Amino acid sequence: MNIINILDEIEKVDGEIYERLNPRRAAMKSFFNVGKKISLAALPLALGSMFQKAYGQSNPANVTEVLNFALALEHLEYNFYNRALLSTGLIPAGAATGAITTIRAHELAHVNLLKSAITGAGGTPIALTEANFDFTAGNTFGDVFTNYGTFLKVATAFEDTGVRAYKGQAPVLKGMPVLTTALQIHSVEARHASHLRQMTAAFLNVPLKPWVGLGANGVSNDTGVSQVDPVYARENNTIQANIEITGINGTAVTRAAAAESFDEFLTGAEVKQIANLFLRTGSKLT
Amino acid sequence: MKNNELETKSELQEESLLKSTVGRRGFLQYAGASAAALALVAAGCRKDRNYTNPVAGVTLDFKDDFGVLNYAYALEQLEAAFYIQVANSNPSGFTAAQKAYFQDVQFHEIAHREFFKKALSTAAIGSLEVNFSAVDFTSGASVLATAKTFEDLGVAAYNGAGVRLKDTGFLVIAGQIVSVEARHAAYVRDQISNGTFADLGTLTAFGAVDANGLDGALTPDKVLPLAAPFIKTKINVINL
Repeated sequence: MNIINILDEIEKVDGEIYERLNPRRAAMKSFFNVGKKISLAALPLALGSMFQKAYGQSNPANVTEVLNFALALEHLEYNFYNRALLSTGLIPAGAATGAITTIRAHELAHVNLLKSAITGAGGTPIALTEANFDFTAGNTFGDVFTNYGTFLKVATAFEDTGVRAYKGQAPVLKGMPVLTTALQIHSVEARHASHLRQMTAAFLNVPLKPWVGLGANGVSNDTGVSQVDPVYARENNTIQANIEITGINGTAVTRAAAAESFDEFLTGAEVKQIANLFLRTGSKLT
Repeated sequence: MKNNELETKSELQEESLLKSTVGRRGFLQYAGASAAALALVAAGCRKDRNYTNPVAGVTLDFKDDFGVLNYAYALEQLEAAFYIQVANSNPSGFTAAQKAYFQDVQFHEIAHREFFKKALSTAAIGSLEVNFSAVDFTSGASVLATAKTFEDLGVAAYNGAGVRLKDTGFLVIAGQIVSVEARHAAYVRDQISNGTFADLGTLTAFGAVDANGLDGALTPDKVLPLAAPFIKTKINVINL
């Protein structure tokens, strides 16, 4: 039983076999190193595990797709903050400009990190520039770069969308090292959201909390901005894994606290629908 | 000693019983296909394997998702206990708004703690005894500094443990919780110094990479020693 022969045979039907295995170079190396110690009986098992890595759960196509999806959102966020910071008189000097500058730097770092991860996995990073975006969403937020309040509302919606988007894609990355990286980006977006919500609450004098709470009369959108309802779909949910959180185990956890204590995820389709409101015709995510 | 021996023997019997059928791991993968089935799975494990013994402490067995969830349960117990004590104290300098938000956080952590307790059912570890002797609950600064550590560490703990989860449902639940912890962390940091909500350069010890815009991520073996000074109960770790 010659492993190299097997790989050669596979290459005849799948020219990308080595490419598929390549991101797992370390695994391959250790595999060959211990190869001599593997008994004949155990060999099929070891091979199966190796090919599972190449073709199974860690299907590179799906992972690249998820990373590109994330990259599109990071492009959106980076270009949005960059334009805002370039819009004279929009963001007050001092703490506000400092915070948005910090957030822009993180979004740019995420763009660069995702780009290199996609390229490294043999994929092609989605290329989006400011010209691809319409941050007014077809004039829904016409004064987004001239009215600080509007800017904060849209920024808050973007960050809360980002948090929910990463959460929704986590299952595709389950068990893979890249999941940890995605989670590390995800919680930074949540920190941004928390701060932007505080900025919005302070400037517009609205009772917006750092965490997503119940809206008026228990609706899912707690921002009071009806145009961003899809961003907050199901955020008033209080049941997790079939367990009702309100009053759980006889505690005084209110319905509001139950809704706040767990952020909800958005599906890829839901996120694309939101992102496409801000992408021009011809650049929309499919 | 006799009790421990009995315990061990009974565990061995249970182990062999499970192995003789589908094996514990196989059972978990089969029945734990979704988080919704967690209670069912927990009920299927006939005895509390992660029991609390006052002398021996609790054991986090990382061989499967239950170990990871119990690890989260332990950290949530710690956080909840801290915020309950904050709510019962009167930290100096706390504004009405800060008191209200710290009360919110208290109930979020209680919700997380109770979620894990209920979801893990008989597989849950016991209640941990905490040690907050290093915290001055009458001092707003001491409370904020401790809260910052707990929240930043909690974020890094979830970020670092997520990759260990095999069940998709559990993974999503962990993601749903960690972003709320990150919102807390940002809020607490801003109370200490406005604008430090995502000061990743100060989080390198927790695994953050500022240049890449990445938050902290720590494996359980790094997190538990950092949490240990606040926990009296001995936490044993196996199969990590």
